Amino acid sequence: MIDTLRLTAEDAAGLLERGEASGDELAGAYLDAIEARDPELHAYLHVVGEQGEGVPIAHKDVITTKGIPTTAGSKILLGYTPVFDSTVAARCKEAGLPILGKTNLDELAMGSSTENSAFGPTRNPWDPERVPGGSSGGSAAAVAGGLAPWALGTDTGGSVKQPASLCGVVGLRPTYGTVSRYGIVAFASSLDQVGPLTKTVRDNARLYEIIAGQDPCDSTTVELPEPVAIPEGEDLTGVRIGVPKEMNEAEGIDPGVSASVNAAIRLAEELGADVEETSLPRSVDYGLACYYLVAPAEASSNLARYDGVRYGHRAAVDGDLTALYARTRWEGFGAEPKRRILLGTYALSAGYYDAYYGQAQKVRTVIAREHAAAFERFDVLVSPTSPTVAFRIGEKAENPLAMYLSDLLTIPANMAGLPGLSIPCGLSDGLPVGLQLIGPQFSENALFRVGHALERALGFDFVPERLR
Amino acid sequence: MNGWEPVIGLEIHVQLKTRTKMFCRCENVWGEEPNTRTCPVCLAHPGTLPVPNKTAIEWTVKLGLALDCEIAERALFHRKNYFYPDLPKGYQISQYDVPLCSEGRFVVPGPDGDREIGIVRAHLEEDAAKTIHVGGAAGRIHGAEYSLVDFNRGGTPLVEIVAKPDVRSGEEARRFLQLLRQTVIELDISDAEMEKGSLRCDANVSVRKAGEEGYRTKTELKNMNSFKFVADGIAVEVERQIARYQAGEEVMQQTLHFDPQTGTIAPLRSKEEAHDYRYFPEPDLVAVAPPADMVERARAEIGELPAARIRRLEAEVDLDLAYGLVTSGRDALYARVPGDDRRAVANVLMNQLAAAGVDPAAVDGAELGRLVAARETIPRQTFLDALGASADPDFTADPYLAETTVSDAAALDPVIDGILAANPGQVEAYRGGKEGLLGFFVGQVMKETQGKADARVVNERLREKLNA
Repeated sequence: MIDTLRLTAEDAAGLLERGEASGDELAGAYLDAIEARDPELHAYLHVVGEQGEGVPIAHKDVITTKGIPTTAGSKILLGYTPVFDSTVAARCKEAGLPILGKTNLDELAMGSSTENSAFGPTRNPWDPERVPGGSSGGSAAAVAGGLAPWALGTDTGGSVKQPASLCGVVGLRPTYGTVSRYGIVAFASSLDQVGPLTKTVRDNARLYEIIAGQDPCDSTTVELPEPVAIPEGEDLTGVRIGVPKEMNEAEGIDPGVSASVNAAIRLAEELGADVEETSLPRSVDYGLACYYLVAPAEASSNLARYDGVRYGHRAAVDGDLTALYARTRWEGFGAEPKRRILLGTYALSAGYYDAYYGQAQKVRTVIAREHAAAFERFDVLVSPTSPTVAFRIGEKAENPLAMYLSDLLTIPANMAGLPGLSIPCGLSDGLPVGLQLIGPQFSENALFRVGHALERALGFDFVPERLR
Repeated sequence: MNGWEPVIGLEIHVQLKTRTKMFCRCENVWGEEPNTRTCPVCLAHPGTLPVPNKTAIEWTVKLGLALDCEIAERALFHRKNYFYPDLPKGYQISQYDVPLCSEGRFVVPGPDGDREIGIVRAHLEEDAAKTIHVGGAAGRIHGAEYSLVDFNRGGTPLVEIVAKPDVRSGEEARRFLQLLRQTVIELDISDAEMEKGSLRCDANVSVRKAGEEGYRTKTELKNMNSFKFVADGIAVEVERQIARYQAGEEVMQQTLHFDPQTGTIAPLRSKEEAHDYRYFPEPDLVAVAPPADMVERARAEIGELPAARIRRLEAEVDLDLAYGLVTSGRDALYARVPGDDRRAVANVLMNQLAAAGVDPAAVDGAELGRLVAARETIPRQTFLDALGASADPDFTADPYLAETTVSDAAALDPVIDGILAANPGQVEAYRGGKEGLLGFFVGQVMKETQGKADARVVNERLREKLNA
């Protein structure tokens, strides 16, 4: 009997290697779990159940999969079946990972709770009354709920790190440019990155190793400067950890979250790390505002292709081109994409560009410099991933600004193109708390090393209490 | 012009004949079945990304160098956003504030000396797809029953050249265009055929009083698809504007369409004008930094420019013949043809040889020189036959030169006597007053001599003998 709640991807690979389970049996166990628990969680939009000899995987539904419907959680792409594989899907296929299914998300990856999905919200395996975070909420819930050994998500403002935090799993947002975006339904091109969601840091490094590396189809990718190292050590001797005070003392951070994070920081010190307070004042002050100019601006342009002419939803309009565009997009997009298209179009408009988009890009450079200065003194910066634990479904749905604050702490590093790893570091009110580790560009190996050592020392049990 | 000065700014689009399209690997080819040269990238499927065509960049640099432009160290691609069915992404990837080539000049020899036309910029972009509007008036979208889109052309590399408003007449515009066309053909980067649309020209036209500073309101003449239409269209518009000012009226800023059939100008629908394209740097692409060795290689590949060659030839033949030779690509052959009468050589190349439709590059100049020198002394038909065969391999003028015209009376008399003796009835009739029969006798003599007889001498001798 395979316990999918407990089984890590490495465990699963071990079962296959030792011949203790066949690929079909392994996938079958997950499909059974999906049948049992997904009616409640709704982590999946589309269950595929491919056969294969590798450890199966779930893909967020912005990841283009040849012959498998890809909706991005939006009605605008209803009926669209891609004729090609995204580079990450192709790499997973080459590595022999069969696809379990496509996971739910906030429509077009816009949101922090998965409530913006056009196909209904996903529920948090720790408490079905609560959100799993977002936008990769389906992938995080699938891994936490034992419905997939590992999964891919995408992260623009925190869409891997934040749901990982809220679901008690490990999530990596890689350095911008290390993982191909080819075939990822674009939200904000200068920020989008694919990242793994897993139960352990080692699993995370293994999946990152499969998907990372330069891709001729994405001109913004680069070759990794060093191979991915699967972490093993358990001490942190000599590691310099900075604690940016603005990110750890920001208004709105739950006391329970702070307590867990502070305990993890003390543990790091016990493991030999040098811990010191530092400061990223402008990154935290301006990061969120800057993000909500850059990301919607790019989104307004990226979403222009959904015009009803070639694929996806097309409104029943005859004879008037402008009306066809307007009706198609009015019917196909939900409230959040519409809001961001409006914001972004405004920010790029003649007469406003310099004040908004142009200024935001300048501030982005300031944020990158501020981080670069910190990394002259530190190897890793730490903070809570999310200011809060998982909130109740509906709690922030009517207040976009409150929802946006959910990404307050993940956005600054994203704006700077830096990698970030979220690992579970404890519980607050019985719900997981995430610790965010941020490093300089291409420092994934260092993040894995620190994350792995802390994970061992913390001994966090990733199986949701109510399912144990 | 009664003291009025035309001010003309040209915008030229040149399609590059690279093997593949600008941002994908689709074959770049004209005239194939609609929508057979497409892929997910040029159809803008979700998640697809552009990858720039290196050859297109190199060729644009080459053209920029031929236009004496500065080549940017780090050129940027921008998105130009607007909705139209020929633009599947909802934006065109183009260049904006940092084009590949800027600040150049192009010399146009004219009857009053060299005219230097400033080049504002030459930038690289992708062509739109082709739309065909069925039903309605004149193939325009307004009032059409339905529209069809052919994406084969979508994504063709396109260079836009913007000239400063330095051109002063329609005729000068025609010469500028012809020289530019010849330049891109010699650079071997485009077919530059106006009928096919691989060379397109728009003109901004205004007029001002001689000596007046600044510019008056301009109109834009769109899509004139031959050199003649460019010259004619501009001339008609210049006259129209002068007439309006002389009548005390104003010129309205508008986009105009020249109808070559009627020689009239009509406004296009003004709705399409007030666009805010919301340009912003294309986040899917990195800056283009043409490497120094590429720039040097391109520079080395540029030969003597057409304008310089026209100036040299003008010393031997007149300006029109010089333009003709250079812009028809016949000047290389002209240089290879010996002979003192340079105008005769040029005239034969531009007239009889052109009519014979042979490839000038395949013609042996020395042999052609012998033919030109003998053009008065060999039969006309022989001369034309020789030109027709002049591009054949191993062509030699010898057999044609051997067929000299027989003008020696002593040689012709026996033939003439024979003809008269063989046709006593016709001789009788002629002498009886049917003088029209002279042509019959001439024809018989020519037949007998296989066309070599000098018709003037034959006529003379026949009259003498018949009237004797």
